[in-house]
Amino acid sequence: MSTFKVVHYINQFYAGVGGEEHADYKPELRDGPVGPGAAFTAAFGDKAKIIKTIVCGDSYFNENPDEAKKTLIDMIRDCGADLFIAGPAFNAGRYGVACGTICAAVSEQLGIPVLTGMFEENPGAEMFKDKLHIIATGSSATGMRTAVPKMAALGLKLAAGESVGASIEEGYLPGGARVNFFEKERGSKRAVDMLLKKLAGAPFVTEYPMPDFDRVAPNPAVLDITKATVALVTSGGIVPKGNPDRIESSSASRYGEYDITGVNDLTAETYETAHGGYDPVYANQDADRVLPVDIMRAFEKEGKIGKLYNKFYTTVGNGTSTKSSKHFAKEFAKKLKDDNVQVVILTST
Amino acid sequence: MKLEVGYIQIRDIQFGETPMVKDGTLYVNAGELEALVLEDEYLAAVSFDIARPGESVRISPVKDVIEPRAKVEGSGDIFPGVISKVDTVGSGKTHVLRGAAVVTVGKIVGFQEGIIDMTGLGAQYTPFSKTVNLVANFTPKDGLSAHEYEAAARKAGLKIAYALGKLGVDMRPDDTKVYEFESLVEGLKKYPDLPRVGYVQMLQSQGLLHDTYVYGVDMKQSITTMLSPTEIMDGAIISGNCVSACDKNTTYHHQNNPVIEDLFSEHGKTLNFTAMIITNENVYLADKIRSSDWTAKLVDQLDLDGVIISQEGFGNPDTDLIMNCKKTEATGTKTVIITNEYAGRDGTSQSLADADPSADALVTGGNSNQVVTLPKLDKVIGTLEYTEKIAGGFAGNTDAQGSITVEIQAITGATNELGFNLLSAR
Repeated sequence: MSTFKVVHYINQFYAGVGGEEHADYKPELRDGPVGPGAAFTAAFGDKAKIIKTIVCGDSYFNENPDEAKKTLIDMIRDCGADLFIAGPAFNAGRYGVACGTICAAVSEQLGIPVLTGMFEENPGAEMFKDKLHIIATGSSATGMRTAVPKMAALGLKLAAGESVGASIEEGYLPGGARVNFFEKERGSKRAVDMLLKKLAGAPFVTEYPMPDFDRVAPNPAVLDITKATVALVTSGGIVPKGNPDRIESSSASRYGEYDITGVNDLTAETYETAHGGYDPVYANQDADRVLPVDIMRAFEKEGKIGKLYNKFYTTVGNGTSTKSSKHFAKEFAKKLKDDNVQVVILTST
Repeated sequence: MKLEVGYIQIRDIQFGETPMVKDGTLYVNAGELEALVLEDEYLAAVSFDIARPGESVRISPVKDVIEPRAKVEGSGDIFPGVISKVDTVGSGKTHVLRGAAVVTVGKIVGFQEGIIDMTGLGAQYTPFSKTVNLVANFTPKDGLSAHEYEAAARKAGLKIAYALGKLGVDMRPDDTKVYEFESLVEGLKKYPDLPRVGYVQMLQSQGLLHDTYVYGVDMKQSITTMLSPTEIMDGAIISGNCVSACDKNTTYHHQNNPVIEDLFSEHGKTLNFTAMIITNENVYLADKIRSSDWTAKLVDQLDLDGVIISQEGFGNPDTDLIMNCKKTEATGTKTVIITNEYAGRDGTSQSLADADPSADALVTGGNSNQVVTLPKLDKVIGTLEYTEKIAGGFAGNTDAQGSITVEIQAITGATNELGFNLLSAR
């Protein structure tokens, strides 16, 4: 088994250079472990080895972030590291921000797995917990003993490219990707226990904190729809017969853009639904039931609308994540806007 | 209402001449069952297979899973209003062939049928890898519409389970449990100091192959109502839906509702299980408003201190879930909800289609978009023809070795929202 090579980032304080009066200490590359590196060395055993330690002053990093990042990246690039670890920073704000910033840069620019550790209230935690693995630590250096084994264990997994468990298993701060894992009790028992705590006014931890929900305020009314270009967009899965772009029946990874120039009616021979979330019989018999091209053409003819836009956008809403939906809409909304479409009728199922 | 449930442990199923249970083995006569199934003019053929835990077997596309049960004492019979005549169930004595299940498969109805693997990675995600399964594989008559076929397959599965359940009537159970659900006043007198807790079960009723039946009534045509949880153990609620396999409550899930079981195990100790409320998940906004209003109204009028709300399905019903939660919390009733997540394959999307700060106590059955690769298994019961098309599949998801890659939403019961499983997410 090969030993993973680790580069460790620490600040001037943990390197023994000094406190606040030395916070302007410029980046320095040293051989082997320094300061808390000794604890990591012990935790890694023969599985990984700190080959280099970078020492940098907190003020220097935060006051010269671009220069610091560049210097550090240049230092790390040639080390041949399998893993980059920063901190742990506990509740030291500038140190935490520096750890988060350099980890993000190393991950992005060098593609090396990264890991840091912080107290949950460290400002660096809020800034980076959705981008990095940040092991949750105590608020001060007395938490080193418990933080290092968790960081070492997760670090080894990251270096080996193994899959990472849920935050609650590995000890990192939740906030990034949701990860499945098997609990000790079944869900119903967890619900009963949670309710008993809630009833007793005792603290309990929800398994999914409510997100800030993205609610969209409706646009002002269109003043004169008889002059407007109207587009049809659907999450009901209407596609040309045969589903040429193979949009999935659930959890769609794509959307379709189809031209309906000269199409006055969607028929069973020409269109169908790709949606797997409802009985497709009625939509397949007459796809206008989901994407009302026939009515829109009639309105167009009667002058009730300006005109029907000559393309429609379609995807399958079934089991499709809101993130994917947002991504699709961002793309085609721009096209609709560029083509001066004033009205979109969004049909769902 | 008081129901005594006797469990007869089944460790194997075998085909045999005489249907019976002997020394933990359930013997079934395939010919007799075939004749029973083919009484239905919509079904052209049926074949039977047995799948045991640990065997290299993949079952797909799975429609429903049903536990064989039979009424021994008390009014009514299993699956009232559907298989048996309408009569109130939930009291007296019921026998269960524990460890056995009837699994129905056959040509796909509506893309949302699932996979059960009896071994390997997939087996970890479905509770039905641990039951001995009698699998009924249906062939519908030509020219049937999807909903006619669904109804025929649904009833045939229930009939098979009913017939098997009868074999346990005269047996002595290996284990017995008594579930007593007091009336309001009785409960209050008996447990004056315990918090009064209710369970609100949301039933899938979006229509178009997403239906649930209560005493034979299509739940989308009902307003929010109440019943005794023991009635559900006797098959008062049955599944008739093709919602994604991972969060469809099969009939088996209803018969063994874990929220009911876990509330009963605390009943009289830490809480007073006072009310069982069922509500629907209709697609029209007016229905959603009305049903959630009624949920909150019942919860309020019953003066409950706390409720657990469980969901079925995802997306559209997330709205019903949040409406129910918001309104029950607004009555001052402490609320915990059970749901699951669609956080995207990488887990970074918002997990629900609706949210509210009042939903501050949530239990999750996991992220249904998680991708898994299921190795090729030796035997397939049913067909893998729809592996790309079922909810959770995608184009080109079978590799040269025969492994299939799917989101776990394709696995029957994987992210169940009754809290049936250990799976969770953070």
